[in-house]
Amino acid sequence: MKAVVVVFPGSNREGDLARAIAQATRRRPEMLWHAETELPAGVDLVALPGGFSYGDYLRCGAIAGRAPIMTAVRRHSERGGLVLGVCNGFQILCESGLLPGVLMRNANLRFICRMQHLRVERADTPFTRHYAERQVVKVAIAHGEGNYEADDGTIARLEGDGLVAFRYCDEAGRVGGAANPNGSSNDIAGVYSSRRNVLGMMPHPENLIDPLVGGTDGRGLFESLAAA
Amino acid sequence: MKARIIVTLKNGVLDPQGKAIEHALASLGIKGVAGVRQGKAFDVELTGADVEAARADLAAACEKLLANTVIENYAIDIRPDAS
Repeated sequence: MKAVVVVFPGSNREGDLARAIAQATRRRPEMLWHAETELPAGVDLVALPGGFSYGDYLRCGAIAGRAPIMTAVRRHSERGGLVLGVCNGFQILCESGLLPGVLMRNANLRFICRMQHLRVERADTPFTRHYAERQVVKVAIAHGEGNYEADDGTIARLEGDGLVAFRYCDEAGRVGGAANPNGSSNDIAGVYSSRRNVLGMMPHPENLIDPLVGGTDGRGLFESLAAA
Repeated sequence: MKARIIVTLKNGVLDPQGKAIEHALASLGIKGVAGVRQGKAFDVELTGADVEAARADLAAACEKLLANTVIENYAIDIRPDAS
């Protein structure tokens, strides 16, 4: 597993993401500046970290989504290569068109930073094989614009084609109501591309890989990728 | 030549910021407001003088960057220099 972490001006979770990937793959990912136009040869996974790329100017992820490296990331995804976007990385994937929909301001207008339960919708993808289907995991969320919205046809397609990766839920795995922190349609916390080789998610699995800092429920995602 | 581009949320897209502003206006005692939708305005200075060419360029700018057409509409208003 050869991974790169793309760094944009204003990214701030790239160290956490690199650490989680290194722990699972036993190989330090290369950090790649957004102004590059090519990915290093033989890359399996491109990871887009959280943060506030370009200060969230215009719209979250809008300017980073059109950065020079994104053309190469798109080509990588079209070849079937793996792409993971976390938090601002998810916003960038939506803005660049690699994933459908948009992340809007949280319904309560507040920045939310706390622990959150998620339900793993399917365990047969390169990102989730080390989880069980419908497993409930506890990870961190930290975002002001995580309210996933798309037109009705797109939501129906995501649901019908099994492209919802994670849903917000409570400790018992129940979705809806107060378990949805930000107003996302259908409690969606993460979505796959149509070929399931691109995953975008608002929560931060990379911050839950060490028992010292709250748990290890995020490890499954990186171990899945390491084995992919 | 100058242009102003207005980007607004499409009808039906929830606008919590607009709602918050609407409530704040009500709490200030400003009457007669039935609803508020928040948008963005871009004032663009253009180098050329060809209005139709500018309109095409600005439409491309909106499609590619200034608006997220999943949720937003845009309107382009070009103001030719007075001659």
